[in-house]
Amino acid sequence: MSGAPDPKPRRWAMWLPLALFAGFVGLVLIGLFRPAPREVESALIGKPLPAFALPPASASRPGLASSEMGGGKPRLLNVFASWCIPCAVEAPQLAALAREGVAIDGIAIRDRREDVEAFLTRNGNPFARIGADDVSAVQMALGSSGVPETFVVDGKGVIRYQHIGEIRPEHVALLRRKLEEAAR
Amino acid sequence: MRSFLFAAAALIAAPLMAQDTMPPAPYAHRQLDDPALEAKAHDLMLTLRCLKCQGQSIADSDAKMAGDMRSQVRQMIAAGEEPEAVRGWLIERYGDYVSYAPRITALTWPLFVLPLVLLALAALLLRRRFTGRRS
Repeated sequence: MSGAPDPKPRRWAMWLPLALFAGFVGLVLIGLFRPAPREVESALIGKPLPAFALPPASASRPGLASSEMGGGKPRLLNVFASWCIPCAVEAPQLAALAREGVAIDGIAIRDRREDVEAFLTRNGNPFARIGADDVSAVQMALGSSGVPETFVVDGKGVIRYQHIGEIRPEHVALLRRKLEEAAR
Repeated sequence: MRSFLFAAAALIAAPLMAQDTMPPAPYAHRQLDDPALEAKAHDLMLTLRCLKCQGQSIADSDAKMAGDMRSQVRQMIAAGEEPEAVRGWLIERYGDYVSYAPRITALTWPLFVLPLVLLALAALLLRRRFTGRRS
């Protein structure tokens, strides 16, 4: 095979294919047991909120326009839906934050008005305003890929932090800290 | 094993959570009237990732969000935007992950350079071997 015949093939070279194969199996196992995160973060963190104006999703609260966020105080922008089960899970945490005086606005994704009312009656209403996003247009503009998601928006209307998934009790302290950072 | 069961359960549960009863966005299942624009939009949609059902393009996916994304893409194309501008609009929001068309960036250039390096290396080794045989 070889042009210049090697009288003594190097011993270690014999193990090279096996080592390469073991390395490959290792890579596959890493991918199998520690898959990369499936969450898609918004690329708009650190950037101003995109302009939008949504009609009210509930009779009890006005609609939501981007111009109303950024009034000098940081706010939470909660992307939710009545048909989303984890959104009910995070309701007590949002209620607690609202009781502490945190301003929370909501965007209801692909939701019927009567379903939003029922959801708010069942889970409480921590929102100052709720916009209805019937075709996920604002969700897309925000770079949000699911419900629930919560954005921290600072007093200038800049998105400072994105929380993906439901806010569990252990996440509340982190959100409080992000709100404090956004207030500086 | 337990984490695997949880993962399997999550896979089954996810479609159940995405049940909303709202009608689809206007252009989710409707083509644009102009065939040339529709072809433009469709070619683009084949190279955009559905963020709900990652691994499918928004042209292939039945997820509600994919429908909303199709509608958005078609409306932007109908408004006269170029496909690459629409792709850029989405990348601005979701990052490179939303696009299936690879870009050469500070992070990805080795992927493009490495095959060239390997080819050059192979050519060098083969040349040495062939010239070695002749001598």
